[in-house]
Amino acid sequence: MVSLESFGLVGDAGAVSTTTAPLAEVAASNSTLRAFLHGLPGVDRVGADARAAMLSTRSIKTTAKKQAIDLAIRMVDLTTLEGADTPGKVKAMCAKAVHPDPTDSSVPSVAAVCVYPDLVATAVQALGGSGVKVASVATAFPSGRSSLDVKVADTALAVAAGASEIDMVIDRGAFLAGDYLTVFEQIAAVKAACGSAHLKVILETGELSTYDNVRRASWLAMIAGADFIKTSTGKVSPAATLPVTLVMLEAVRDFLRTAGRKVGVKPAGGIRTTKDAIKYLVLVNETAGPDWLDPDWFRLGASSLLNDLLMQRQKMATGRYAGPDYFTLD
Amino acid sequence: MFEYAPAPESRDIVDIKPSYGLFINGEWVEPLGEGRDKTVNPASEEVLAEVAVAGEADVDRAVQAARKAFTVWSAMPGSERAKYIFRIARIIQERARELAVLESLDNGKPIRESRDVDLPLVAAHFFYYAGWADKLSYAGFGPSPQPLGVAGQVIPWNFPLLMLAWKVAPALACGNTVVLKPAETTPLTALAFAEICRQADLPPGVVNIVTGAGSTGAAVVAHPDVDKVAFTGSTEVGRLIARSVAGSRKKVTLELGGKAANIVFEDAALDQAVEGIVNGIFFNQGHVCCAGSRLLVQESVAEELLDALKRRLSTLRLGDPLDKNTDIGAINSAAQLAKIRELSDAGEAEGAERWSPACPIPDKGFWFPPTVFTGVAQSHRIAREEIFGPVLSVLTFRTPAEAVEKANNTPYGLSAGVWTEKGSLMLWMASRLRAGVVWSNTFNKFDPTSPFGGYKESGYGREGGRHGLEAYLAV
Repeated sequence: MVSLESFGLVGDAGAVSTTTAPLAEVAASNSTLRAFLHGLPGVDRVGADARAAMLSTRSIKTTAKKQAIDLAIRMVDLTTLEGADTPGKVKAMCAKAVHPDPTDSSVPSVAAVCVYPDLVATAVQALGGSGVKVASVATAFPSGRSSLDVKVADTALAVAAGASEIDMVIDRGAFLAGDYLTVFEQIAAVKAACGSAHLKVILETGELSTYDNVRRASWLAMIAGADFIKTSTGKVSPAATLPVTLVMLEAVRDFLRTAGRKVGVKPAGGIRTTKDAIKYLVLVNETAGPDWLDPDWFRLGASSLLNDLLMQRQKMATGRYAGPDYFTLD
Repeated sequence: MFEYAPAPESRDIVDIKPSYGLFINGEWVEPLGEGRDKTVNPASEEVLAEVAVAGEADVDRAVQAARKAFTVWSAMPGSERAKYIFRIARIIQERARELAVLESLDNGKPIRESRDVDLPLVAAHFFYYAGWADKLSYAGFGPSPQPLGVAGQVIPWNFPLLMLAWKVAPALACGNTVVLKPAETTPLTALAFAEICRQADLPPGVVNIVTGAGSTGAAVVAHPDVDKVAFTGSTEVGRLIARSVAGSRKKVTLELGGKAANIVFEDAALDQAVEGIVNGIFFNQGHVCCAGSRLLVQESVAEELLDALKRRLSTLRLGDPLDKNTDIGAINSAAQLAKIRELSDAGEAEGAERWSPACPIPDKGFWFPPTVFTGVAQSHRIAREEIFGPVLSVLTFRTPAEAVEKANNTPYGLSAGVWTEKGSLMLWMASRLRAGVVWSNTFNKFDPTSPFGGYKESGYGREGGRHGLEAYLAV
């Protein structure tokens, strides 16, 4: 079996401990990658949509709902990715991330905050030892249209500033042109630049257009060393959808079986209500399985979702809805 | 980890009377005989109601009422008949939740299915055929096709209200009147439908509903003043009916059993094929005449597919039919459960390997876990006979020609499914499969616009679509 190191494309190959040996040879060339990715079973759009729609009819009530809300809060990557972001805005969001509801200490912290690289240091400082992680988008987010050097430098900057998770974007142009090796090399290079930071690979499924492409991009990212695969930047519509997430969950499930390595999934963008979030949890539970129902393996990229989760949580506890003014806007 | 708390649909919405009479000439009447039957909730064995058993004299009253109403109904302009049928369709939609709960209580099917499949289809059938009522001249059966007269209809227990809709909607649209006998284990939604007919001000006698078991059905079929017989049920009973009407003027449609092949090729979208297999055989506990009870899988992907299928089956949720998260409900009756057990035991005895996911079975009621038999040969009983339960027989094949040969090697021919991403292979298969319906990368999909019916011992005649009109017109 050929090992990845022999390709000389992963920089400090020793650092890429997560690259998957059983599938290493598929990345030997663009044609081997292509043969592998196009050899994956197809995805029937009608069937996948129907399955996602059926799972979204699951009725999650009472104790199960309570449990789901807390789990969803713990899975949130609280996100601000605006050109107008400032240190002040990020600090406020970090405070919210640690104590989402200042009046109720039983509310868990979110999983992470997600910011642009230049604000990582601010977030790290604001979060201190709270346990909430700092994720940073990188690699010429959101379009990914820059050179590999810039992308690696972007990543290195974020990691140096203390980010423990990197959300990179793939080169959709290269992917759609069939240049899978370029996409692979970029992911592997960014992974190397991440060091010990976790790498989430954003597929931007809204630009991939077919579920077959979503499945192929998922496998490509996982073979290249992704720790997480993520649907969207949030800057393209459609962002996360249930069927796309279903296809990605099938991919991580099958990848664990094939390659022996577990990869996480993060739908991001467009998840605004508790009802939406619970549909995603059901999807995880009945697709990849309960092993993925943990912030280590599933995240929800969102911002306004958190307040709806808090509102529903309070409703469960008190039987009443408080007005929106009772939930902080950060 | 993430246990779904019980989420039962409330049964308070249904109002079940302790006892029901017969619906004849727009009125509830007591049967002339003493016969009474009980209908039970198969999930709890609780008695839901007492139901009249119609004897020959009762059936005669119903047929006479239908005959009388035929004069009025058949002379009515199609556009007027349409108004009544549209009204029925709308009332069904308005009362959908109630009817869904009632169906699940009486039949044992999960509320998710009665709510999301049965009831929307029931309403859709009435809407669809209401639309035909004033357009029969354009249906391709001549400039002025005429109704047949009184239709005697006998329906099964697996989709009680949906089968009623398949039978009653086209009959009424074409100008016939109806004497309908629902199955003895599931009469309640048909009796609720009788109320809907009254609510819609349907002229008395246009729809008559007589309850009872086999002898009542036989009386309906054999009545000399019945012009048309429509039956859905087992091939065994279908044969009896065909015999009883042979040599008479009666027009007959029979929709009988099946042993459908669900054929998965190596290039299929496997995850969706797995869903299709589950939907094919575990939908409605496998109580489906067109169920994909024989899985034919190409050997090159058999192992991978079966692993995926077993993993998927482990997530199925068996239990209270009224729980909105239930996937597999109760077996409709003790008799059906006994039949499923008998055939499954035969499968094991003949050497097939039996597998079921770990699946707690409730203490009360009639239940059978989802079951898969692998290593099944064409000669095994479980590959030949209709089990009508949640039991899948898995066979393998090597080439498309072998798949066709095995799929067609059955006395039945109601439906088939093919899973391949290759369009040319799909068409090649579809043109060779001897089955009334061939589903392409899907299974158990129904639509009022699509004709449905069988080849060979699965029956004759078509229901649904434009073709479905023919069975109720003198053409």
